[in-house]
Amino acid sequence: MSIATLLLVDDEVPFVETMSKRLAKRNLTVLNAFSGQEALDVLNKEKKIDIVILDVKMPGMDGIETLREIKKGYPLVEVIMLTGHATVENAIEGMKLGAFDYLMKPCDMEQLMVKVQEAKDKKSNHEEKITQARITQITLRHE
Amino acid sequence: MQENKKEQNHVHYYNSLTRNMVLIIIFISFTPLLLVSAILLYYFQNSYHEKVIAHLEEVVEKHKQNIDGFLNEKLANIRILVRAYPFKDLSSEAFLQERLSMLAEEYGGVFVDLGLINEQGIQIAYAGPFKLSKAVYSKAEWFKKAMKSDYFISDVFLGLRNLPHFIVAVKHKWKGRTYIIRASIDFVAFNSLVENIHIGKTGLAFILNEQGEFQTNPRMGISNNKQFYRDFISKKAIEGKITVLEKVNDAGQKCIYVMSPLKNGEWILVYQQDTSDALSDLHTAQKLIFIIFLIGGIAIVITAVFLSKKMVNYIKLADQEKEMMNEQIIEAGKLVSLGELAAGIAHEINNPVAIMIEEASWIDDLLDEEKECKSTKNLDEFRRALKQIRNQGWRCKEITSKLLSFARKTDTNIRAVQVNDSINEVMELSEQRTKYSNIQMKANLTRELPPIHASPAELQQVFLNLINNALDAMGTKGGKLEITSRIDGNYVVIDIADTGEGIPRANLARIFDPFFTTKQVGKGTGLGLSICYGMIKKMGGKISVNSSVGMGTTFHVYLPLPKDENNKNRSSTKKIFINEKEDK
Repeated sequence: MSIATLLLVDDEVPFVETMSKRLAKRNLTVLNAFSGQEALDVLNKEKKIDIVILDVKMPGMDGIETLREIKKGYPLVEVIMLTGHATVENAIEGMKLGAFDYLMKPCDMEQLMVKVQEAKDKKSNHEEKITQARITQITLRHE
Repeated sequence: MQENKKEQNHVHYYNSLTRNMVLIIIFISFTPLLLVSAILLYYFQNSYHEKVIAHLEEVVEKHKQNIDGFLNEKLANIRILVRAYPFKDLSSEAFLQERLSMLAEEYGGVFVDLGLINEQGIQIAYAGPFKLSKAVYSKAEWFKKAMKSDYFISDVFLGLRNLPHFIVAVKHKWKGRTYIIRASIDFVAFNSLVENIHIGKTGLAFILNEQGEFQTNPRMGISNNKQFYRDFISKKAIEGKITVLEKVNDAGQKCIYVMSPLKNGEWILVYQQDTSDALSDLHTAQKLIFIIFLIGGIAIVITAVFLSKKMVNYIKLADQEKEMMNEQIIEAGKLVSLGELAAGIAHEINNPVAIMIEEASWIDDLLDEEKECKSTKNLDEFRRALKQIRNQGWRCKEITSKLLSFARKTDTNIRAVQVNDSINEVMELSEQRTKYSNIQMKANLTRELPPIHASPAELQQVFLNLINNALDAMGTKGGKLEITSRIDGNYVVIDIADTGEGIPRANLARIFDPFFTTKQVGKGTGLGLSICYGMIKKMGGKISVNSSVGMGTTFHVYLPLPKDENNKNRSSTKKIFINEKEDK
């Protein structure tokens, strides 16, 4: 069974392809998107996505913008920012906007796996709490 | 060749600039000076000339009246004599003698003698100093003329007595016979009337008769050319008015002549003066104006030349400075765009490198799956090669990230910075250079320095500049670079000491000036140290330098501790100092 469902967003197609193969090999379900807008479209279609790995620097809609949209539409989805060195400041800004963490590109696979696991746990935790809250609510309503 | 031509062009340009400025200044200054001088001179000359002529006219008019008065008075004297006394008395020599002495008493020596002459021209009675009784005048010019009118004043002549005199004669009828009473007027007395008129050096007066003969004795230096005077007497016909004319006389001198008729036009009173003498004040003024004009002109020319040269020199200097600045700005601009280019390249390289690393990792992942490969003897080699690819990829990434961190826009946000960290970072960056130039780099960093408030990027820039300068100073000969951090009073002090060529004393004062560089053109902007200076000043610190030629240079950077840290650290600072002393 897959650990989590990931959406990998980067404008560098070869990077995305290889990365998704490697992640898939590590028991993750990986979806691809090559721009911010495409990522939002995929998110709209695929409700199972747990984590978005998002490149900061993209042509058109950039990472920060995409992050804002994701957090607006899908607050429970965790976002890990991926950045080159020059855009560390942007990554930090992303963190302030609610990203789970950031990683430098190219990234170490072990490190990435740890972050993914953490993000998944956080999300599961959140979801569990929400479910619990709803159950409680419903239960209370019935009483 | 081209450089030479350019230089020549410049020289030509500055020369023509100087020339134009000189000409403009001279023209602007001279035009009003010239106009004012000319106009003033013109009006002054005219009015002064008029004034002089008017004055002369007045003098002549007065003397004319004076002389006419004198003559009329003498005539009146004789007429009274004739009318007041009977013929019997007049014909008596004793009576005449008495009258003569009375007149002499009254008028001084004006009347020389008295005489009574009958129709035949024989002097029948005479009183006077000469023996002229019974003298015959029938042939004398004056006698003929005197017989024709009631009274008569003669021209000056020598007469029988052989002395210059003139005669005042009054006709008298007695018992059907005509007699003439005559008196000789002393020439000297009459002459003095005119002689006294002299103005200036050459101004003098004389009386001429119609023939242009002198009736008075003019002072010396007057041409006795009767023709000359007759010319203008006839020309300026006697009109009973004063006439003025200017004429060149025989001596070639331009003279002013003021003339007035006397004795009903028989005589003419002439006043003569050299024009230059009459207008001597005017000439003095002219000379003065000319001298002032000359001196002023020379002053203007000198000032114009001097000022223009000075101005053009300033312009030249400014141009040179501007040119230098332009070159340096272009140089600086090149550096900036080079930095941007480097940043762009670094960023673009980052992505392919990332992909390479991913692909290598992917192969590595796949190798695990390939069961058959496991038995291959080359498996270890594959793994080693993949690892090497990944390692080199990481190395690339590190290089690009370093490049990027420096090419980034300087972050001037001030925060707490560990000076030692900053030094370490910069030293890492410079390591490569020290290796190539055979330089030993050593850091003596005091541990646990309190953080200071500064912009990390600026601090990095300062240190990197100073270290680069130190490395440049040592060149490829090798040497030692020592970086020390310590606390001194309220400052964190960083000493950067090299064993390079040192800075000559003459340059020491200028090293922090912008654009001052001893490097070859294009090698240095001369901005490094001045930027450092500015940044350190902004942080509230200071920078100083010790250098001796051939031994090396040490820069000291003083960075202030934060105010609240000051008090806390004072005690520990002291401790450090004590420790240092003990060490020694």
